[in-house]
Amino acid sequence: MNAFLTNYAFLIVPIVKIAILVLIVLTVDAYLTWLERKVIAHIQARWGPHRTGPHGLLQPLADGVKFIFKEDPMPANVDKVAYFLAPFLTLMLAMTSLAVIPFGPQRFTVWGYQTSLGIADVNISLLVLFAITALAVYGVALAGWASNNKFSLLGGLRSSAQMISYELALTLSVVGVLLIAGDFSLRNIVEQQAGSGKGLLGWNVFPQIIGFLCFFIAAIAETNRVPFDLPEAESELVAGFHTEYASMKFAMFFIAEYTNMITASCLATILFFGGWLSPFPESWTFTHYLPSVFMIPFGLWVIFDGVRYENMFGRLLLPVVGAVITAIAAALIVFPVANDAIQGVFWFLAKVFAFLFVYIWMRGTLPRFRYDQLMSFGWKFLLPVSIANVILTSVVILWRMHG
Amino acid sequence: MNAALAIFFVLAVIAVFGAISLIVQRHPIHSALSLILVMVALAGLYLLMGAEFVAAVQIIVYGGAVMVLFIFVIMLLNAGEEERTNFSRLALYAGIPLAVAVTGLIAASIVGSKAAAALPAAGPGTLTSTRTLSTLLFTEFVYPFELTSFLILVAILGAIVLAQREN
Repeated sequence: MNAFLTNYAFLIVPIVKIAILVLIVLTVDAYLTWLERKVIAHIQARWGPHRTGPHGLLQPLADGVKFIFKEDPMPANVDKVAYFLAPFLTLMLAMTSLAVIPFGPQRFTVWGYQTSLGIADVNISLLVLFAITALAVYGVALAGWASNNKFSLLGGLRSSAQMISYELALTLSVVGVLLIAGDFSLRNIVEQQAGSGKGLLGWNVFPQIIGFLCFFIAAIAETNRVPFDLPEAESELVAGFHTEYASMKFAMFFIAEYTNMITASCLATILFFGGWLSPFPESWTFTHYLPSVFMIPFGLWVIFDGVRYENMFGRLLLPVVGAVITAIAAALIVFPVANDAIQGVFWFLAKVFAFLFVYIWMRGTLPRFRYDQLMSFGWKFLLPVSIANVILTSVVILWRMHG
Repeated sequence: MNAALAIFFVLAVIAVFGAISLIVQRHPIHSALSLILVMVALAGLYLLMGAEFVAAVQIIVYGGAVMVLFIFVIMLLNAGEEERTNFSRLALYAGIPLAVAVTGLIAASIVGSKAAAALPAAGPGTLTSTRTLSTLLFTEFVYPFELTSFLILVAILGAIVLAQREN
């Protein structure tokens, strides 16, 4: 058995990692929908889901069951191949793009096989991500075309035009980061930002603030989220490209959209906000207790909130969850080895969560663009600004080299 | 048979299947999808040769940008299924023998040349790494490179002039 493991570790370890990541991402996707509904509800002075489980925490589970058991009608005269291919393609590409994201600094050896946090550690990971993003448009475009519905077709057309337009700005906006890092590998880009242990000040966002703004706007457009959600503008196009999809096929588009949000947030974190690096200088070792400092009050609050919850289920479940969170946080203080190990992942997840929150926040705040505004904004503002950013960055780098 | 060879054959079969499907399919969208399959399979082949940058660019430029435009235009024009006509006489009597002859010629030259067998095993990062590629582009091949950029610029301007003519 041992010899088998050592011989095939290169195959087994990635498969196990992929299984774990898919499980985590699907769960996060599900609870992202819960978070989105809750946050938007509170922005609009409502409660959001609160019937299914305490604070509506079981709502994603109920949604999943509903998706599986819904009838899945297919409209007449659809193009069958494209109709079935589209949701699979969308979900597959969304999941694949996560494979090149490094989630933490650790490298470890399992059965003699060197690996790291993240599925694949390729030296052109940024290009791979852009390649996958470039293909992602087909899912939406095909879904719109194959559905044999004029609203779907309009959604698909809008999506392909929008994605071509904003892909240019997206790619150009990261060129500044590439010029600074001199590398396509996301892992090396993060490690380059560590600098001399200056913490926050070494991050790319400060020299590349224009690049970051262009990147984030273009990334929102690429993920078809508010205010760029014209492909599914429900006030004009029913539901846009996925009008004719129901049940699990609709769920696939939905999961893909949230996965793309996660990928875009991860990428923004890695490229501009130092990935898993702590915002504090390396010498401030007391900041290593910050995860516990956040988690213990949160856990205690969940216990406190749980014991006075309105129904029995919540009074039983919430204190248990709170106790687990508090116990983990306390254990981290007791075992410094474990505490040091989770630092990178903690900061990475914290930053990604912040971006995901901004995504949801914008959905609750901003109105949708008009189509001509979308196009003129992309071509006449975003693209020139990102090109200017590339020129400016190159000039500064050259000047520093010779000055 | 090692793993690289097995992957090569899988990708090659996918590429050839896509190419045949591109011609046989009757609907323009299906043909375009087959062409995307060919592009992606070719990118896989480049990756197998250790040319990571070329592989990624192949997908970004051809698989992404160019083919999205194809699909966009086909969808916009709402092109329907094409009608099958009988083979033209020219295709039957001249085309098929010519195709066979060209295929034979290429196959013969590949089999006959010793260079194919003696190709240096280009490992990842030898000739094909991004850094080497860009250095070559901006030193040794800078004039052809800039000339090509200029050519593309002229083509873009030409497209704009054509689009503006009606006003």
